[in-house]
Amino acid sequence: MSFLTDPIKFIIDWVVSLLNSWGLSEGWITFLTSLVGGGVIALLAMLFVIFLIWYERKLIGRIQDRLGPNRVGPFGLIQPFADMIKIFAKELITPAGADWLPYNLAPVLSVAAVLMIWAVIPFTITVVGTDLNVGLLYLIASGGFAALSVLFAGWSSNNKFALLGGFRALAQLISYEVPMLIALLVPVMLAGSLSVTEIVAQQKVWFILSAPVSALIFLITSVAEIGRAPFDLVEAESELVAGFNTEYSGLKFGMFYVAEFLHAFTAALLFSTLYLGGWRGPFAEQVPILGFVYLVIKTFIVYFIFILFRGSLPRFRIDQMMDLNWKILTPLALSIVILSALVDKALTPAGMVVRVAGLLILNIITIVVTSRLIDRSWKGRKREIVTTPRPVAIANPGKPESQESASV
Amino acid sequence: MLTDWLYVGLFFLVALFLPAAAIIIASLIAPRKPNPIKNSTYECGIETVGSTWIQFKAQYYIFTLVFLVFDVEAVFLYPFAVAYNQLAFYAVAEAVLFLLILLGGLLYAWKKGALEWV
Repeated sequence: MSFLTDPIKFIIDWVVSLLNSWGLSEGWITFLTSLVGGGVIALLAMLFVIFLIWYERKLIGRIQDRLGPNRVGPFGLIQPFADMIKIFAKELITPAGADWLPYNLAPVLSVAAVLMIWAVIPFTITVVGTDLNVGLLYLIASGGFAALSVLFAGWSSNNKFALLGGFRALAQLISYEVPMLIALLVPVMLAGSLSVTEIVAQQKVWFILSAPVSALIFLITSVAEIGRAPFDLVEAESELVAGFNTEYSGLKFGMFYVAEFLHAFTAALLFSTLYLGGWRGPFAEQVPILGFVYLVIKTFIVYFIFILFRGSLPRFRIDQMMDLNWKILTPLALSIVILSALVDKALTPAGMVVRVAGLLILNIITIVVTSRLIDRSWKGRKREIVTTPRPVAIANPGKPESQESASV
Repeated sequence: MLTDWLYVGLFFLVALFLPAAAIIIASLIAPRKPNPIKNSTYECGIETVGSTWIQFKAQYYIFTLVFLVFDVEAVFLYPFAVAYNQLAFYAVAEAVLFLLILLGGLLYAWKKGALEWV
């Protein structure tokens, strides 16, 4: 174990031995290392958002044929710092009639719920916050927690637009949660454990090869979970002013902003951990720091896909989103769990390669059949043609409108 | 085991502390000049009509009932998924039967019109 191959573990060991030499007891050392380790991860994650904001603004700018931030610093890299200093100095307005406790708790909770996820992610083969044996359930629970903070904000700000945003967050929660829960059964089945470390350790072959349908469902539902375009109904600017955070200003609004960006990045991190092999890559076992680099690269690729979604897709209507989740994704998730369980059990004696190949073929067949079924149901559906006369601008102002519409 | 949960607990406290500290620092720096117009509810420019905290007709309440069923079922399914590698084919077939009943339930709810936005 040297500093060059594994610097993070080296520093942790050094801190532990330092505390030992001070003569502290075992319990205190565990307590202090947990506190410092957690603090460092959380602080770095929050500071990392500054870079994420720049990255996303720049990319969205290029997609929309603009330059994006380019004035402050090289390539506009200092722009988010300027924005951060500005937002620190803005007045915090509490609207009249707001419910004080949930109103102030909501921005704090929304960031905390996202940061909680970082506690169980394995960053390299040696560095993991904590290896919970129910890690995956913990991750899902933290995701639900984030929706709670949106509901808090919507309910407590005494504003009808914010309240509608909160209600939509709830409708969104109850529809994406089910396909996500069921689709995540497949990697758990393949790894045989709920621990995130164990799921990464089992991915000799990345799970995106043996469970692509489950990966696709997880990708779509995690976009719905983080509430970004095309599922950004909670803060639909053209419908609800700003949605649940209409009444927030200053850094309280800034915290929602941080939570949104960090949640998107964390969802990408989860996708690359659960389906793209986490820190796995060439020489990641021998040189653990390489694993961290691989994880960051994979995460940025998935995050790039999220930004492409945001830049290219129009927003869903809420009933369309619930149709998608309940009528397409939930049956698909249930069928893929059933089929994977049966096929995998039948192919277990045949060895690793046959197993993965069989699962891959099964997933491709499932995708083709599903898209055929969707196509057929779309062709059978007739568009409703509105026959009642619509109010239109009158061509000749002299003529009364009632005769015009009666003659049509 | 207990150490793991100690870490999660401490992490939760740190995660709550960081944004709270940032907001407290900002509230010390930021100006504070409230007035009735600034503090009024921001809706359309005119004064708001009626109370906000009303009883609201939730159009998705049957979805919520279906959601409850499925969420509880998922809790039953995770132990099966964890034990999957040690199970014999017979046990897997039994779990599949359970999943098929679940799928049947979903189709029934769909047929009954529970999955329509009303």
